[in-house]
Amino acid sequence: MINRIFALRFLLIISMFFLSGKTFASSSDSEEFRPGDVILHHVLDDHIWHFWDGPYGTLYLPVIVYSADRGLVVFSSSNFYNEDHDVVPYNGYVLDHGHIGLEGSEAMVWDFSITKNVAFLFLNAALLVFVFLSVAKGYRKNEGGPPRGIQSFFEPIILFIRDEVVKPNIGPRYERYLPYLLTLFFFIWFGNLLGLMPGAANMTGNIAVTLVLAVATFILTTISGNKNYWGHIFNTPGVPIVLKPIIVPVEIIGMFTKPISLMIRLFVAITAGHIVILSLISLSFVFHSYVVGVGSSLIVIFINLIEILVATIQAYVFTMFSSLYIGMAVEEHH
Amino acid sequence: MELLTPGTGLIFWQAITFLAVVFILGRFAWGPIMSSLKAREDSIEDALRAADLAKEEMKILQADNEKLLQEARKERDEILKEAQTAANRIRSEAKEDAESSASRILDDARREIIQQKEKALAEMKGMVADLSIDIAEKVLRRELEDKGSQEKLVNDLLKDTKLN
Repeated sequence: MINRIFALRFLLIISMFFLSGKTFASSSDSEEFRPGDVILHHVLDDHIWHFWDGPYGTLYLPVIVYSADRGLVVFSSSNFYNEDHDVVPYNGYVLDHGHIGLEGSEAMVWDFSITKNVAFLFLNAALLVFVFLSVAKGYRKNEGGPPRGIQSFFEPIILFIRDEVVKPNIGPRYERYLPYLLTLFFFIWFGNLLGLMPGAANMTGNIAVTLVLAVATFILTTISGNKNYWGHIFNTPGVPIVLKPIIVPVEIIGMFTKPISLMIRLFVAITAGHIVILSLISLSFVFHSYVVGVGSSLIVIFINLIEILVATIQAYVFTMFSSLYIGMAVEEHH
Repeated sequence: MELLTPGTGLIFWQAITFLAVVFILGRFAWGPIMSSLKAREDSIEDALRAADLAKEEMKILQADNEKLLQEARKERDEILKEAQTAANRIRSEAKEDAESSASRILDDARREIIQQKEKALAEMKGMVADLSIDIAEKVLRRELEDKGSQEKLVNDLLKDTKLN
């Protein structure tokens, strides 16, 4: 499966090289190729899902907006583009650098559109549900027997998460948190790996996604916190009374820095990976050289290998730290 | 900067989707998977414990067997020893019996022999006496067939026998 990802990625590089080379080359006469914009555009969310230039190369996703004046409105994002692929206003709504607003008004517009990342999120969730319901079916069908097929691929990973990540960090009451942590691990892992596929969205590298995951861990940690945990924050044992006014705020800040570190770590690791790959691919267009393209493509393949590693490590790290924080909240004694 | 500002729509959809996935997988995947894994682990553990127990029992059984064997061996030795002493006793008794009966028989025989000898001697004595008398008679009769020899004998006898 991993080989196939490489093959696809390689094909993408080669095809980008030949197809887009021409496009960029022709456009560079009138305007300069700006890799920064291209990369940022790829890394950011969008209301359309662009696969390739030309017919049927773009998937126009639904726009769902809510404003106090006009209520909930749903329409296709294709309305924002004319034949020349220029952004145009539609029905009073304007699309400005990915933000939807009302024409000639500063009123707040809530954007609940099925953007590229949301669509990708649904795909990821659907795949996750499909895969693990199949695995669960394997256990039902094959009760008590050794694992088979897809079951035997995921069982060691599930056991690793349970025995090496969750159990040692949370302790005897780990079972309550296991469903959440397993879902967390596989959600991030699948998202990271799918994100490496050509044409994929940078879902786990989006701060909104990592924010929700970090908030989920924060909420779970906070509601699980026992007397010992709160005691540690508001009445840190072993600290002289004089130092308490300093230590207590630090401890309270610590409650929040933990999930914030989770959020930023995953977002940065995945986005940085995408930026590195895209930068290397951009090199050939910056230098207008196929030789540079071949060289950078080789490096991109290498970086992709590292990115697969990073995808797994980041999923592991997020799950491990979440377990650790929950473990600290439910810990009984030192 | 847009990179760092989370979109409300994405937050909304991510929260809903992630919670839904956690719920669906928790209910229909992790629950059954974890319980089957646990059941399998328990059954393996049970099997291992049962094997250990069986081993222990085997050991006890073996020890019992050994003890039984030891006892049997001891018993056999005792029986053998008893048999040996019994045999020895019987043998010595038989020997004594034989010896005493042999000596008795010997005594009887000896006595019988002496008796027979005496009887024979007595008979012989009688027979010798008779024979001697017969012979003497016959000799005398022949010697004394005529008168002259009778007188001579008397004279000889008289000569020998001094009448004083």
